[in-house]
Amino acid sequence: MIEVKNVTKRYNNKTVLDDVSVTIRKGKITSFIGANGAGKSTLLSLISRLNKKDEGDILIEGDPIDKCKSGDLAKKISILKQSNHINVRLTIRELVSFGRFPYSQGKLKPEDWEYVDEAIRYMELEDLQHQYLDQLSGGQQQRAFIAMVIAQNTEYVLLDEPLNNLDMKHSVQIMKVLRRMVDELGKTVIIVIHDINFASVYSDDIVALKNGRVVKEGPAAEIIDSSVLKQVYGMDIQIETINDHRICVYFA
Amino acid sequence: MKKKLIFLAVIALALIAVFMLIQAGGHWDYVLKLRGKKVLAMIITGGAIAFSTVVFQTITNNRILTPSIMGLDSLYMLFQTFMVYIFGSAGLTAMGKNVNFIISVGLMGLFSMVFYKLLFKREGQNIYFLLLLGLIFGTLFQSLSTFMEVLIDPNEFQIVQDKMFASFNNVNTELLVLSIVLMAGTAIYFSRYTKYLDVIALGKDQAVNLGVDYDKVVKRMLVVVAILISISTALVGPITFLGLLVANISYQFMKTYKHHFLILGSMLLSIIALMGGQLLVERVFTFSTTLSVIINLAGGIYFLYLLLKESKSS
Repeated sequence: MIEVKNVTKRYNNKTVLDDVSVTIRKGKITSFIGANGAGKSTLLSLISRLNKKDEGDILIEGDPIDKCKSGDLAKKISILKQSNHINVRLTIRELVSFGRFPYSQGKLKPEDWEYVDEAIRYMELEDLQHQYLDQLSGGQQQRAFIAMVIAQNTEYVLLDEPLNNLDMKHSVQIMKVLRRMVDELGKTVIIVIHDINFASVYSDDIVALKNGRVVKEGPAAEIIDSSVLKQVYGMDIQIETINDHRICVYFA
Repeated sequence: MKKKLIFLAVIALALIAVFMLIQAGGHWDYVLKLRGKKVLAMIITGGAIAFSTVVFQTITNNRILTPSIMGLDSLYMLFQTFMVYIFGSAGLTAMGKNVNFIISVGLMGLFSMVFYKLLFKREGQNIYFLLLLGLIFGTLFQSLSTFMEVLIDPNEFQIVQDKMFASFNNVNTELLVLSIVLMAGTAIYFSRYTKYLDVIALGKDQAVNLGVDYDKVVKRMLVVVAILISISTALVGPITFLGLLVANISYQFMKTYKHHFLILGSMLLSIIALMGGQLLVERVFTFSTTLSVIINLAGGIYFLYLLLKESKSS
């Protein structure tokens, strides 16, 4: 369980997160939704220690994250940012092998390579594994980075807009993989996502943010509700049930 | 990968052998001692420059930067010019090489420490901010040096000008020993951080995600870079362009992301470049030019080639 308690974050006196408290359940997919600038990505980067909070506490299984050693945290929690430009020329397999760094400190043992192989298989990248990242499409790159996170084998997996720049097919593919990671491997996945229909269909819990504050958090079905979404996005959103999925219609 | 390293090592050793043995004329104990000293100086400065450049480029995630952007070379030149300006070239000679060396290293060390202290005091400071400040300080030091150079006697300026170019022609033995001890100490201190280099090359966010205590590790690495650059500059003069050259050749030649190969490769290349350059200076140009000039010429041509190749491929 991850507990965020009364966290505040400011950039040069501009408050981007204001007294935010959120509880994230273990073994579930939790989506952060909200308009641009609502503070979703900032909250994710605070939980993953990429950024430092100004006030409040963030506890991971009861331990404050700023008290934990960075090397130990890397075995518990992993983060994938939305833009992953890498200056080094790497093959998929080399990239994925970096996921084992917290365990091997760069000297991979046979069991580390097993994790690497497993992660590559999981993301169906076997055929591409010796290709260089710069020769791949956006979707393939994204899968490679997710494979790296899988190889890192952390209890908590944080992803900042994993569907950014992906087409429908690849978006569905990625979301299905995340769902499987939760259902089959027992991971806890936290994502920042813009497409509320993906959030509705694939996540267990949703946290809705607006202007640096939590509007509402709870099971997906409770948040995907016309009145809640009106508060979050400031627009009227009609909700239809199609094949037991709550789908938001907001295009017209 | 190991084959490539062995290949480089063989070339380096061959050049060292040629350098040691060519035209010795029978006075073995004299010649070997004199040349051995030069070879040693070239190995340690070459190694230090190559090493610190690769580390610096990895930290900054930029392959066209050299540590000279932090302004250490300029500070060294400012100090030398200042001494000549105040005390004259006679004063510089009277001070002795040892004292000059120690003050220069001390000054550069102090400058980097104060620089880093000020900078890292504020949390979340961007590394590019540090580089920008370094650039500004470097320019300031350079302008001050130029100002004094214009004012001094042309003969005295000759002395200053000599200092601007790296030279291995008269390296002091005591300084050499001292430098080796200092550099070896630094290398041992640094060795436990080398494993982080591959991960840091992926960028800050990835490094943090993979459990690297980024701020702490980068700070230590920058200190090591500053120490190595200070020592080699004070020993032979400003020669950081060499680092840019050999680091990039090493990336191209080794074709790997693994830093222990990249670093070893660049160090060997650096030794090869210095040995080959010095041989040219001594045997072909018979001391009518300096090593820096040859390295800058070769390096400049190589960079033009790189630029042309890049623009063709894109």
